[in-house]
Amino acid sequence: MAKVFIYPATSLILSDMVERWGHSPLGAAVAVREHIQTPGLDSPPLQMTPDDPKRGLKYAAVEVPSGVRGRMSLFGPLIEEADAAIIVNDADLAFGCMGCARTNELVKYLIRKRGIPILDLVYPACDEDGVAFVAAIKAFLSDLPGGVP
Amino acid sequence: MSQPVRVAQLSCGPEHSGVQKEIYDAAAAVNAEMFFPDVTLNDIRESYGAFGLEARSADLRLAIARAKALVEGRVDADAVFIATCFRCAEAAIVRNELRRYIHENSDLPVVSYSFTERTTSGTLLTRMEALTTIARRRALLAREVQEGLTMGVDSGSSTTKAIVMQDNEIIGFGWVPTTNVLGSAEEVITTALEEAGVKRTDLEATGTTGYGRFLIGNKIGADLIQEELTVNSKGAVFLADRQHGEATVIDIGGMDNKAISVQDGIPGTFTMGGICAGASGRFLEMTAKRLGVDITELGPLAMKGLSAEVPMNSYCIVFGTQSLVNALAAGSSAEDVAAAACHSVAEQVFEQQLQEIDIKEPVIMVGGTSLIEGLVHEMGKLLQTKIVVPPHSQYIGSVGSALLASGFIRGDIGEGA
Repeated sequence: MAKVFIYPATSLILSDMVERWGHSPLGAAVAVREHIQTPGLDSPPLQMTPDDPKRGLKYAAVEVPSGVRGRMSLFGPLIEEADAAIIVNDADLAFGCMGCARTNELVKYLIRKRGIPILDLVYPACDEDGVAFVAAIKAFLSDLPGGVP
Repeated sequence: MSQPVRVAQLSCGPEHSGVQKEIYDAAAAVNAEMFFPDVTLNDIRESYGAFGLEARSADLRLAIARAKALVEGRVDADAVFIATCFRCAEAAIVRNELRRYIHENSDLPVVSYSFTERTTSGTLLTRMEALTTIARRRALLAREVQEGLTMGVDSGSSTTKAIVMQDNEIIGFGWVPTTNVLGSAEEVITTALEEAGVKRTDLEATGTTGYGRFLIGNKIGADLIQEELTVNSKGAVFLADRQHGEATVIDIGGMDNKAISVQDGIPGTFTMGGICAGASGRFLEMTAKRLGVDITELGPLAMKGLSAEVPMNSYCIVFGTQSLVNALAAGSSAEDVAAAACHSVAEQVFEQQLQEIDIKEPVIMVGGTSLIEGLVHEMGKLLQTKIVVPPHSQYIGSVGSALLASGFIRGDIGEGA
């Protein structure tokens, strides 16, 4: 079983596909769950505090907006932990949305820099592309160690 | 307690910056309630296309859709708070355009703010208070005439001022540099009452504003404890006799600056703050000290100099002071240095704050720094207009406070006061 980072990290469809073909998805749900389940914090809605953008300094310098660094504090550790990644470019908002374009650029760059197996796709624009899109994801996940054929 | 003011939040990044709670706390402190206007995915796609600004960040697209929903009346709100990350260029463009769009197409009071992870509820409180006051107390803010015998106290970061007014006339003044907040207030109150020839018990209503407003207001049992954005707007248009129509009020303070776009004496959009003390009156105090002149002499001195002769950038007060020292060491005249310091402060305010509001004439400068002739001159040059400095402009907060406090004599204070 491989740990697969998904982009957009909020995509429930991608998360479900990764699980379905035998792997563990690394996405926003994992990072946010950790925050909201940490006892003693009271910082709704995500339970993020000003310490999180400071943790994000590991991935982006202080002149980078705090929102980018805060997001990187969530996604950066997941990228480091990942064995593989699926990137879906130009996804529809309904498919998954990361909110900040600058974070998106940095997240995708850091994934590509890792040198792990990556499936880089464009979001399908028609049914035919959609079928090929799912098939490509299935093939990629099945080929990863521990993947379901 | 009255119904909370419903403030619509259009934002990108506060949750991930860990400051959303600070926004909630600031709103709760002034009995306001933040909410995110509901929009559908289709709304986002359509609104984003119709608005025409090609933002790449999805949260900014969402903010655009929410703004359109507010303007088109699909969502009800009392006021709008726009917040995006400091140093994000894309967000700054969207923030400014949304503020302008809402201001031009609705009656909703709106304030925009760029935050960092260091933003606290205390930083946001004055802005939130002003926003909710405009929404909640329109009846009070519509007051144009001071009635009865009232007093206003303005506890600023540099100076404390008091004014006693009777039947629309100022009859007593008090002014001291702020040291001990309560002690300074007591001193100016005593002076103003003595000059007015009245006793404290004769006062029919009192108001406080400025940083020390809560402490002093609670101590003297003020009827009105109000932030300086709305109070200064009233004071400015009252003293400048521009109570009707559009105006822009600029107050360069000792610690922060206010730039307020006013319609009939009520703030429409405003900004408050400043990146650095280099854009505040504090830099001019330092300049006067370094030149060995009293702050009251700096303005006339600057009028005799040429700002272009000395390169000075007070974006940061440390570097600004360095430029000042270097210029003097290189043989520049005190007059030119004074003029350059005034130009630098005016330029910082112009670049950092005046771009965030719509400048409408007349432009009224108020507060202690409006007495520095050189600063007013430089600001006029930058804005290419003749700046109005009303009489007693340094007492603007006290006058606004005394004027608004008179609304409490008969009780026309508006909902939620």
